[in-house]
Formats: sequence, C-alpha cells, structure tokens
Amino acid sequence: MNKGVAITGMGIISAIGNNVEENYNALISGKTGVSKISKITTIHKDAIKVGEIDLTNAQLEEQLGLTPENNYSRTALLGAIAAKQAVANAQITDIKDYRTGLVSSTSVGGMDMTEKYFYQYLEDEAVQKYIEGHHAGDSTQKIAQQLGIEQSLVTTISTACSSAANAIMFGARLIKSGKLDRVIVGGSDCLSKFTINGFKTLMILSDTDNTPFDENRKGLNLGEAAAFLVLESEEVVRAGNKKVLAYVKGYGNANDAHHQTASSENGDGATLAMEKALKVAEMRPEDIDYINAHGTATSNNDLSEGRAFLRIFGNKIPDFSSTKPYTGHTLAAAGGIEAVYAVLAIQNNTIYPNLNFETPMKEFNLVPQTQTKEKELNTVLSNSLGFGGNCSTVIFSKKS
Amino acid sequence: MSKVYINSVASISAQRTFDNSEFLEAFIDHDDTVMSVIDPNYKEYIPPAAARRMAKGIKMGVVASKIALQEAKLENVDAIITGTGFGCTVDSEKFVSALIDNDEQYLTPTSFIQSTHNTVGGQIALGLGCKGYNFTYVHASISFESALLDAQLQLENDEASSILVGGVDESGDHTVKIHRLINHIKKEKIKSSELLKSKTEGAIFSEGANFFVLSNSKQNDTYATLGAIVTYNTLAKENLNQVLEDFLKENNLDVGNIDVVVMGNNGDVTFDSWYHELSKGLFKNTAQVAFKHLCGEFYTASGFGTWLAAKMIKTQKIPEIVKLNKETTTQINTVLLYNQYRGENHSFTLLYRC
Repeated sequence: MNKGVAITGMGIISAIGNNVEENYNALISGKTGVSKISKITTIHKDAIKVGEIDLTNAQLEEQLGLTPENNYSRTALLGAIAAKQAVANAQITDIKDYRTGLVSSTSVGGMDMTEKYFYQYLEDEAVQKYIEGHHAGDSTQKIAQQLGIEQSLVTTISTACSSAANAIMFGARLIKSGKLDRVIVGGSDCLSKFTINGFKTLMILSDTDNTPFDENRKGLNLGEAAAFLVLESEEVVRAGNKKVLAYVKGYGNANDAHHQTASSENGDGATLAMEKALKVAEMRPEDIDYINAHGTATSNNDLSEGRAFLRIFGNKIPDFSSTKPYTGHTLAAAGGIEAVYAVLAIQNNTIYPNLNFETPMKEFNLVPQTQTKEKELNTVLSNSLGFGGNCSTVIFSKKS
Repeated sequence: MSKVYINSVASISAQRTFDNSEFLEAFIDHDDTVMSVIDPNYKEYIPPAAARRMAKGIKMGVVASKIALQEAKLENVDAIITGTGFGCTVDSEKFVSALIDNDEQYLTPTSFIQSTHNTVGGQIALGLGCKGYNFTYVHASISFESALLDAQLQLENDEASSILVGGVDESGDHTVKIHRLINHIKKEKIKSSELLKSKTEGAIFSEGANFFVLSNSKQNDTYATLGAIVTYNTLAKENLNQVLEDFLKENNLDVGNIDVVVMGNNGDVTFDSWYHELSKGLFKNTAQVAFKHLCGEFYTASGFGTWLAAKMIKTQKIPEIVKLNKETTTQINTVLLYNQYRGENHSFTLLYRC
C-alpha cells in the first residue's frame, strides 16, 4: 500500500495575503488580489492587471532583518518569508535535528534585478552585487541560509509554470527513498518586466480580470507569490507526535511533446499526468473530491485542461475551480500556492469559488464551482501545466 | 533496489569529445579567458532550418541527446532530466536587451519562449515525441547532480527503465561581460595546460553539453555503474575530510578503495583550496585527475567530469593530459568525483566498473 508523505507545515505570501490565514480568508470570501500594477514601471500598466504583493522590497528586507548590503532579488525575499512561515508552522525549533533539505523552484529567479541593472552593471560598482543573484539557484541558496540549512541537499527546479508542483514531487520522492527525513518544498517568483513583456508578445495577457473556463476568456493575469510546504517522514512525525495537515498522496509528471509553449488541444500531457498521479496514489478518478485546476484563463490552457478532465473523469467530473482569479498566474510558484490552497480545502472541507465565470465554453459543458461550498473533502487533485509541454499533477489527501 | 548503469555518453565541449570512438587523443590547448566548444556538424543531426532557430545551448543539448540515444541504441526513453545553471542565457539576454532598448515595444516572442530554463528538455521531448517525465534542475554547480540523483531514484525503484540525463550550459556575451566585472573570470589569458597552476583569481568560462543514457539494465557496452551521489549547499573546508570519510563509509569504502579521484579544480586561487585539501591530504597517494582545464568552467561542467570518469572506466585508461599527480593504478574499478564552484554547492559522485 502506498503511503502518503506527511505535510506538517506551510507558508505563503501572495496577492491575497501575507500568510496562510489571510490567504484562506480571501479565498472563502471571494476577495481578489488582482489589480493595476504599482511596483513596476511599465508602458503596459493600463493594458494589464496583475496579482501584486502589497509589501515593498524594503519592507520584506526589514521583516527578514537584512542589512542594506544584501543582494536579495524579490524572488529570494518572497521565498524566504514563505519558507520561514512554513518551518514555524511545522513547529520546528531546531532545523538540524533531522536530515533536512530544501527543494525550491523559480522561473524568474533574479531577473527583476538583472532587468533593472542590465546596463548599469557595466559602470556602477554599487549594483554589481546583484550579478551573482541572477541564476535561478541563488534564491534557493538564500532561503536555505535563512532557514539555517547547511551541508545538506538544496536544489532548484525550473519547469516553467509546473515548477513548484515538481518540487513537491521530488521532495516526496526524497522522503520516500529515505534520502532525507524532512524537506521544505515549494517555489517563488516575483513579477518582472521580462515576464510581463514575454507573455504580452504571446498575446495571452488579459486586460481585465481573468475568467477561467469561460467562453469569453481573454487570457491570464500575471501574479507574484511564494509558498512552501514542510514534508516529513513517518518516523519524524511519530517521534515528535506531530500534527499532520494533509498528505502528498500521489504525483505525476508528463510531457505534452506537442509545442514549445502551447498545450495540445486534446490535453495529452495533462491526461497522462493525472493518470500517473492516480496510479501512484492507488486511487480511482471517482475518489477525487475536488480539483484545483491550473485554469489560467488562456484560450489554449482551459480547452486543453478541460478536455483532459473529460478524458479522466468522463461525465462524472468532480467539483473544480481555478484560483487564478484571486492571485493571478504566479508561474513557478503556482503549484506551491495551490498546494497550500488544496491543503486548506481539505482541512476546512471547503471548495473555493472560480471567480468571474459566466458562460460555459462552447466545446464542452464544463461548469466550475462558482460559490464557496462546504463538503467533506478527503482528496484534492491539483494541476500545474507549463511551457515546454510540462504537465504535473499532485494529489493531496486527508488520510495517509 | 535495481542497479543503475551508464549505458551511453555524449559530450560537446571545448575539446573534441563529440565522437565516442575517440578519447582525448588530440588535446586542444586554448589560450584565452573564455573557451568555445568544438562543434560537431550540427547539420548531421538537425535540419538546417530548425538549427538556425536554435540558440547554442538548445543545439548542443539536442545533438548531445541524439548522440547518447544512438550509442545506447534507443529510439526513445522513459524520462528526460536536464540540469542547467544559467539556462538559456543567450535568449534571456536577447529579450532583456530588446525590451530595454526599445522601451518594451516591437518585441517578438521567440527569444522569450526560448529563454525558459526547461527549453532544452522540452525541445528534446518534442523531437523524440517523448511524453514521459521531464524535469529541469537549475541549481548552480549541482544542477547536473540533481538530475542524476532524480534519475537514479527512479531507476532504482523501477519507476523507469531508461532515462536520458544531461547537463547543458551556453555562454552569453553579456553574462561573460558582467562576470568579468566581478572577477569570476580571469583578467589575463592563460593556456589550458597552465590553468591548474594559476595563482590568480577567477576561472576560464566555457559552455558545453554532456548527456547520458542511464538504465537499470546493463548492455554489452555499458560504461559504468552509477554509485551514490550526494550534494551539499555549503561545506566548510575544515569539515571536508570528515564529510568525505563519512560518505565513503556509508558506501562501504575507504580512501584506499578509490582508484581515481576526479576533481573540479578550475585554477581559481581562492577556491581551489578545497580540492588541495583532498589532493594533499586524504588522496595524497591516489591517482588524481582534473578536467576543467579541458572543458572550462560552467555550472554543469561536472557533467564533463562524469563523462571523463565513465570513459576512463570503460577504456581502463587515464589520458596523460588529465593527470594531476604521478600516482598510478593497475585497474580503474572505483572512481570518486568531487566538484564545487566558488566554495558552494559541493558534490560527491561514485562510479564503478561493471
């Protein structure tokens, strides 16, 4: 029998809140975090909406107690805040009492500083400290340092919008194989001109609030966020008599192998990812109580993902919703924040509404949950689908 | 638990390594601060129109993956796991500079699409039609080892039977320029053959792609058995010996069992001291080998070290040009790799003769 991996702590910072509680309250009260951009100067400011975190870099630095010479990118700042919350939530007082690792993920990395100082680096010594912070692993090294993780397994995954889901998957594998006793998993991505303009050129940014699974959807809103979970082995949980929030029960990753950025119309990759996750969880489709969909509100994603739902669940599709209207699409962090939302759903037996939905898509009759709904939730399936054809599914459960 | 084998190798590097029938017979003695790779004939592997659209890293990765698959006599694999420190840095630079230079206007999506870290893994999957597991690790100098470890766990547990694992990094002009400013690259040109005796700061940057087919079934021409892989985000110099001894002990080995130690010295006077700690200490009497004077420094250069170790085991030869000391060995049965970059992200990897 496949046993799930215990989740004993979680932390999050997103456009709808600076901690787990604030995020949950916003979710159940239907309060969106999507608004006009304020912290980045961009010529697109009136043409897009984003899920921006209220706190400035200076405020985040202060929370972390960093000195002015620090060279943290916003990705590292957000990641450190969320990861510290997760460790505190898991009531870990000594991070070195067990073999503890960190698997983080990011797509933007230190790009916020790179795009700011790209040419300035060449003449201004004062900003050159950020050069070393550009590569994707840098934010993870800093998060590890903030958590006091030394001489251990610390790594980073970057598979575009499925990154954090994949970090959870690798973390679960490390626990199951006995390589680590405890691993902090998740992801962090800040907003940047790079991604704003990149998605703009792909013409998949909406100028209004995003509307997942709606016939008239116009594209996605970008967002920034970080979220981490603490995964612990059975022995650690038993020895500490620890409270388990939920379990990582199944996971699957597959490649669409269809196009570098677009998903296949019939959702091959997503179908395979969900199939694999169900197999690892030793579950049948009817065991799934709620799906937290990737649901980015791009024309392509929602069609592809919807078709994959039909292929897996037939005419018995569980309640599903996308939380992207709350947070925007937070890229690498999406699988992390949505993992936190899945665990909260299980803990509170509550399904969040898919905001902004009005008209079902003409291709199929799929209607997401549009009101907050209370119902016994034992298993939640979370999808994360990304560029490079990367499709991931993680299944969370109440019981191991 | 199943054993894990390295069934094929492929290397595109600053040496002529893309042809698996050769083994460093002709040493190319670069004399610069950045080395460029010796290109295979990409057109033999990729249609010219497609190759033109690909940045160097994608091209190197795709071709190295094809060489590795060909040698393993496979049409496809169960999973593709890639490591890259900088990712697709050329396309990233292109998109950032275009957006700054044109004030966010007149941009086209191509370089943005190709800037994503998992572009190489995605392109390989697309080319093969491989719908399997596809991960990309991006953690500086352990990007490749993370990929290797992930593959090993899946093969040991029979979750897959053959996995393509590779490390790839390309060098970008702007990236090189700004790393010169912070002295990560040497100020003065130096010959590859003199690099490891250098007394100055910084490394010689380069690029490359090193791919392998790993499997839990052995073939006739299998290179080596993959042993334990361990990575450390930090490792203080004073703890290095103890940590290494513990690692060997966990693998039922002691220093005397190691026939060859392969180390990632890059000629940076500040950070080579970690390697010296071992070469002058625990491994004083062991055959020592280095590789970065051949391939230069890049985040996945340890993939080249793994290529070298696998080739040495298969051929039972240590090329003169890689020898760091005069110690010899009659047989190459057990090889230990040690790598780190700028004192961070250390790794130990064990390879055994089958």
